[in-house]
Amino acid sequence: MKLKKGIPLIDQGNKLGFWGGKFGGNFVPETLKKPIEDLEILFNKLKKDKKFISERDKYFKNWIGTPTRFIKLENLTKYVGGAQIWSKVVSDANGGAHKIYNATVHCLLAKRSGKKIICGDTGAGYAGKMLSMAAKKFGLKCKIFMGAKDIERQQPNVRAMKKNGAEVVPVYSGSQTLVDAVSECMRFWVANCDTTAMCVGSTVGPAIFVRICGWSTSQISRELKFQLINEFGSIPKKLKLYNCVGGGSSSFGFWNEFMDYDKKQCEFIGVEAGGPKKSKKHAAPLTYGSKIGILHGAAQYVNQNSDGQIEETESISAGLDYPGISPLHCFLKDTKRARYTAASDEDALSAYKLVTKYEKLRPSLEPSHAFSVAIKEAKKMSKNTIVVVNSCGDAYKDKKILKKRLGKKYV
Amino acid sequence: MFNPIDLAFKKAKEENRPALLTYTVAGDNTKKKSLVILNAVSKYADILELGVPHNTPVADGSQIQTSAYRAIKNGIKIEDVFWIVKRYKKNKNSKPIILMGYYNMIFQYGQKKFLEKCKKVGVNGLIIVDFPWPENKSFTKKCKRKSIYLIQLLSPTTSKERLKKIIKDSHPMNYFISMLSTTGGKLKVSPKKIMLNYSKIKKINPKKNVVIGFGITEKSIKSLNKADGLVVGSAICKEITNSIQKRQNPVTNVANLVKKLKNKIL
Ligand SMILES: Cc1ncc(COP(=O)(O)O)c(C=O)c1O
Repeated sequence: MKLKKGIPLIDQGNKLGFWGGKFGGNFVPETLKKPIEDLEILFNKLKKDKKFISERDKYFKNWIGTPTRFIKLENLTKYVGGAQIWSKVVSDANGGAHKIYNATVHCLLAKRSGKKIICGDTGAGYAGKMLSMAAKKFGLKCKIFMGAKDIERQQPNVRAMKKNGAEVVPVYSGSQTLVDAVSECMRFWVANCDTTAMCVGSTVGPAIFVRICGWSTSQISRELKFQLINEFGSIPKKLKLYNCVGGGSSSFGFWNEFMDYDKKQCEFIGVEAGGPKKSKKHAAPLTYGSKIGILHGAAQYVNQNSDGQIEETESISAGLDYPGISPLHCFLKDTKRARYTAASDEDALSAYKLVTKYEKLRPSLEPSHAFSVAIKEAKKMSKNTIVVVNSCGDAYKDKKILKKRLGKKYV
Repeated sequence: MFNPIDLAFKKAKEENRPALLTYTVAGDNTKKKSLVILNAVSKYADILELGVPHNTPVADGSQIQTSAYRAIKNGIKIEDVFWIVKRYKKNKNSKPIILMGYYNMIFQYGQKKFLEKCKKVGVNGLIIVDFPWPENKSFTKKCKRKSIYLIQLLSPTTSKERLKKIIKDSHPMNYFISMLSTTGGKLKVSPKKIMLNYSKIKKINPKKNVVIGFGITEKSIKSLNKADGLVVGSAICKEITNSIQKRQNPVTNVANLVKKLKNKIL
């Protein structure tokens, strides 16, 4: 299994949509074969179409707001006393997280295909919030599927979705979290694919959704590359890119432009959700050696029992609380291009406390997982090492949890 | 290859009616009960589909989901599913059995081992909801070697060209999904329209049996009786759920329902 240079990773899958011959694919009901093929044809055409690219860039620039900031965390760097710690503040983007890129592109595609309705899944509520924003902007009706447990713990984003006119459908099956929301959304699409477009909220699902999402979030690393060269004159000799990994859209987008660099120069570190310290449950299939299985149309490492039943996950962060992981990351893991590890709920909370104590930055619980590992590892690194953490979400949505776990003063 | 599924269709044709196929979930609501249900419906149904419960069923509506979650909660494992089939096949009046499920269950078990086990316990066919053509091509051949039919699903969204290719590679039985829906949806297309689509499929290769499923209930079954076979699933699962809620015996209630369904197509 090998990565190819000079070809975007999203285009390195084989004819059937498998990366490395075994991750991804299209394990879908027959009914979805046609709409998926239609979407593939449309996307393959448009991603080469200059007019479409400039339309995308126009919305990215004027509506999403590019570039998001790239800042040095001076105080945190001093406190840690090792590598220089920087952050790419992706939460600057309109709506407050990276999910806006994928949502915008899906709405642009839906418009081109003549669909009037778009449906999507959400965990932390960002994917749903952004889809509701983009749908409103482009005049599409919007339907969001969200686990009942997540609706309860991510209220600010639920309110935003409703305000944007989206219908939020609570999902009560299974663990009532993201995995169930994605299943329910796919079911809805099976029954309505003639009139409705579907947006999968991360680099997961049937291969085409992995590709569209990765293509969209790659905006993050395009900006970062430019910003790094601006700041340091060239890409630093020792660069470490830390990102939390749920489905893997933010991390993939954060790394994509650096894929062809040697990992000794530019290392990728993905941080999964290890769940509560005391619990056996987690959302870290790559870190804890889960086996390959099929989830939501794609072959991937996924938490499951020996019978092939998908296992329940547990994490303080709704956005990372998913038993599977993008086929792109499975491929990056097995080719050893990226390294994966996990942070626990408690680790993430401590990192949140540290970051907010030293900096004017309030990463949500998802990127707090990445900060946790970055801070620990940066301690042992030289001063000329550049650590960059993607702060891909804002903690506003986590108010309720932070108040409960850390007390009022942290909200 | 010989497969008793062919005989079941032949017999129904001789009686000038479609074959009746039932779908129940293995282990719903217990391992033993689901076996008793299979035995009870055998008197009326021609082919029995047995669902392998999965906890992330992306193509099933709420009724079959409820049955599957109930079975999993009761601790049903894949080995129990095989046990049920094995026991059922000891029944002298047993009918052909088709296992229906999601690919991950087979993937984890191992394709080869799974087929060997199927053969051993007497499974006659497989429907794998999320393992479409052409992905299933090599598995189709492996099934054939064991004289097990891999039943291809065909949908109203399947293009004509694709239909031809799928049917060419298919075994003697295929499954037409009546409409864009998960299982258990309300029949939102007219029976006339369904039969029109159906006849287009039949024309491609009239020798292959095609059953229709999704959304078929006591009300609608008669209107589709020109098909080779008709599948009723969610309506039966719902009957089990209702029986449990009303503290009635699901076995008698399901048998009565299947008897009624059969009477409608005689
Ligand atoms: C702020 C934030 N970060 C990360 C994630 C995890 O998703 P992904 O791995 O696709 O970036 C989410 C998902 O909801 C999120 O809201």
